[in-house]
This record gives sequence, C-alpha cells and structure tokens, in this order.
Amino acid sequence: MTDTILATEGLTKAFGAVRASDNVSLDLRPGEIHAIIGPNGAGKSTLIAQICGGLAPDAGRITFLGQDVTGLSTRARARMGLARTFQISALAMEDTVLQNVTLGALGARGGPLGLIRPALAQRDLRDTALAALDRVGLADQAATVTAELSHGQRRQLEVAVALTLKPHAFIMDEPMAGMGAEGSRQMTGFLDSLRDEAPILLVEHDMDAVFALADRLSVLVYGQIIATGTVDEIRANADVRAAYLGEGS
Amino acid sequence: MTRERLINTALLLGLLAVPLWAWVADEPFTITLATRVAILALAGVGLNIALGLGGLVSLGHAAFFGIGGYAMGILASHAQSFSPLMDSPVLIEGTKSMPVIWLVAIITSALAALVIGTLSLRTSGVYFIMITLAFGQMFYFFAISWPAYGGEDGLSIYVRNDFPGLNTLDPIQFFGICFAALALALWFNARLARSPFGLALNAARQNPTRVETIGLSPFRLRLTAFVISGAITGLAGALFADLNRFVSPTMFSWQMSGEIMVFIILGGVARLYGPVAGAALFITLEHMLGGLSEFWMIWLGLLLLLVVLFARGGVIGLLAGRQVAHD
Repeated sequence: MTDTILATEGLTKAFGAVRASDNVSLDLRPGEIHAIIGPNGAGKSTLIAQICGGLAPDAGRITFLGQDVTGLSTRARARMGLARTFQISALAMEDTVLQNVTLGALGARGGPLGLIRPALAQRDLRDTALAALDRVGLADQAATVTAELSHGQRRQLEVAVALTLKPHAFIMDEPMAGMGAEGSRQMTGFLDSLRDEAPILLVEHDMDAVFALADRLSVLVYGQIIATGTVDEIRANADVRAAYLGEGS
Repeated sequence: MTRERLINTALLLGLLAVPLWAWVADEPFTITLATRVAILALAGVGLNIALGLGGLVSLGHAAFFGIGGYAMGILASHAQSFSPLMDSPVLIEGTKSMPVIWLVAIITSALAALVIGTLSLRTSGVYFIMITLAFGQMFYFFAISWPAYGGEDGLSIYVRNDFPGLNTLDPIQFFGICFAALALALWFNARLARSPFGLALNAARQNPTRVETIGLSPFRLRLTAFVISGAITGLAGALFADLNRFVSPTMFSWQMSGEIMVFIILGGVARLYGPVAGAALFITLEHMLGGLSEFWMIWLGLLLLLVVLFARGGVIGLLAGRQVAHD
C-alpha cells in the first residue's frame, strides 16, 4: 500500500481574479494529524471543499487510498471512507442527537435502507451510534434535540457522526470552534487518541490545540502553502513568522 | 401515550363511529360523507409523505389522484361495454375487480411519479412547486382532449366495482374498504417515518449536505419518497372514482392538488394524522357551510389564513402541542 492516505497535487482553484487555491500540494500519512493553519481568507475552506468533493478544482488532482478521486462526488468519497466535520454544523437540527448519529451508522452500513423496521430499534445501528456518542462524551445528551445543543456540543456531535463512518481519514474544519477552554481541552485529548484510528487533516484556529496536536503543519497564505513541517520547524520558519504569526516584524 | 397519540386514536375512532351510527340510523348520505373523508385523507397521507417527511411541496398530486381515477374508469368502462382494452399484441380486457384496479392504479401512478419526480426533483423551492403544477396541468388537458374516454364530460361507471366477498354497493361495506385502506396507509406512514429511510429522508429535508457526507443521495431519497407518495395518492384516486362511479378531468385539476394540500395544512404538516383531521374538517365545513351559502370557500379561506398565521402545526398541532421527536 501507499504510505500516504490522502494527497493533493497542484490543486488550483480561482474565483475570478482571486486564487483561492494556488498549486496546493500536501499529503496525509497514516497515524498523523496534519494541521492547516493560515489567516482568514487564506483559502482553507476552499481547499477542504475540493478535497471532500463539494467544489471541483480548476487544475490538479486528489488521490485517496491510492485512487484518483478528483472526479468523484462527495457521496462517493464519503463511501470510500473520507469523513468530514463542518465548521458550520451540518446536522439535522430538528432531530435528536441519537437520530443524527444513527444516520451516520446508517450511511456506514450501506445496502438498501429499510422502509418498515424502526431505525432506532435496530441493534447494530443503535450500538454503533451509542458507542460513538460515548466516545465524544455526549452519551447523556442522546435524547436531546440537536438545536438545543451548545455550539461546542454540536462540534462533538459532528465528530461522533464522523466516527460512525469508520473512516480512513478525517477532514475536520475547526472542531474546536465555539468551545470553551474546558471543552477545547477535552476535544484536544480526544483527537490526540483518534490519530491512531485514522489520520486527521485539521483546520483549526486554536493555536494551543494545533501546536499540541499536530505532527505536521502546513501554512496557507493567499491560497499558497508557504511552509510545511513539524511544529518546531514552523515555529522557527521566518516566512511564517512574518506572514502569519505576526512576529519578527 | 402522548397527547398526540390520544388525539389520533380519537380521530380514527370518530371516523369509524360516525358512519356506524349513520348505518344504524339509516342515513346513507352521512356514510358517503365519511367515505369521502377516508378517501381524501388517504390522498393526503400520500402527499404528506412527500410534503411533511420529504419537504417536497408538490402542487401536482392531482396527477396521481387522476391517474388512479382513470385507471379505474378505463378498466371498468371496457368491462361494462365488453370491449377489450387492446387486442394486439396481447389481449387486455377491462375488469370490474377492485384489487386488480387498485394494483393498476398504484403501479401507473408510481411510474408517473417516477418520471415526474426524476424531472422535477432537479429543481427545488418555488421552481419545484411550479414544475409539479405544470405536470398536473398537462394531465388535465390531456384528459380533456381524449375523446375515447369521455373527454371533458368524463366517464360514468354504472355499477360499483367488485371486491371478493363484499357487496360494494352497500355504503357501509364500501366505507369499510376505504377505511381499511386509510388505516393501512397510516400504519405504513408511521413505520416509514421511523425507518432508516424515513430518518435519512427527514435529514435530507433539514440538511442535504449532511446526508451526502455520510454517503447517501438526497435525490434518490426524495425520488423514492415521491414515488411512494404518488402511489398512495393514486390508490385514493381509484377509490374516489369508485365512490362517485364517475371519473372526469376535474380529478386532474390544480384545484384538486390544492385541496389535498389544504387538508394537510389544516390538519398539520408532517403530523401523521394531519390529513385525516384536515379532510374531516374540510368535508364537514363543505357540508355545513355549503348548505348556507354558495360562497362557503370564503370562510374556508379565512380559516386557512388563521391556521397558517396562528397554528402552524394545524389542528393537530393546536391540540397536541409541539411535535415530540421520535423515541
């Protein structure tokens, strides 16, 4: 097998004159957390959208598990085991927490969806769903309607849904957004343990979390990756300090 | 038992009790009214699967209602004139058997829903409403200009079709058939809403992106819902034609589509028994106010306005309060 799970090569996407992604090449290796940092408007969300399939790149290609997935739909990539969590929660807000996770378990199970037997009464779905909730620490909220959750809890639920998919890679868009210090610390601990299950491509603004978690960092500025390396390398990189960390000026 | 369940049970028992009382009191007209309620509620249950569960505001469900009606009309008219429907390449004869007619009604309306859905579901929102409306109107004008089956005048079927072991001309027995069909559809709808399919469809209504990210297709979910929805409304159309022993292009009209939607809005969108409450209220108003004035629809309009403004959950929502999430 390949030693990279996910890779982009020369990914380019322009909106008019703005190059939101400019020749972006990066890879995600087994067992690592690869964080992407960059100022607002650097093109992080555009990059994620291309990797997950919501947006087609103008040039470049994306490989996942050794297969070219550039032309595949979001759905096909999800089925291959690419699990995404959203910056702005994409959850069924009127449904309960348990229903949302069960939906994930349903997607992972594959095959035809039943029309008659209640979903929540099916042991396999329920077990997968409850196990995922338990892991992110939302088990006691199973019966809560999702709209009533705090922002931080919604992030946790996003991660729980991703877990049910038993993915080969996680793409996480700001999983700590809206969390308090305590929640952020817990999530950091959790993601730390998750990397052995599947590598994580992490976009995050919380620098403490990023520096604590990331095996490697890529710095994105104006659509270009200006540096990739370990935390120490990035901290020491003069370009990064000038462009992003706001030091050395 | 939740309050909504209690209300639902009361509604269903009420719909059963009124015609039974009328039967004892020898008031066949009341039985016919109750039969109308059951059939129209069934059409509403069909639409509610698309509208309530799937969020698909179809203003063309009269197409399926009419197809069901014409399936009955065409098959029965050939049977009563002893002329085959076609003789080459295979001989197809008309029939007076209700189960066969229902099967044909369900299959043809499901096929129509598959075609209409495949084309319309590429749009959403107001465009979806308009394109389903347009399809409904196409069927309406087609029926008007098809002289072989009565054109504008419609088709009369002199004797009600047969159901094995029952005398369908006896109002209470025919009511029983329609009531059983409604009860079965309600049971199916309740199961569907909680099934994996229902869970995914409901999520696709709230957030299509979520459904895609777990590897399911919102389009396919909606199309399946639309086909199931059309099939149930088609069955209601066949029963409605049998109740009146008459089919006409009016069954295809956009007013019919609107009426089915009004049942749901009056009763409560996405509420399991919304169509039952709505159809019962509609028929009662039509009967009582219709006797007072030709313009009873004005009062219906006013009521609809009040419901939309002040009771978004319809009658059921007003009585049962907020919808409780399943389980």
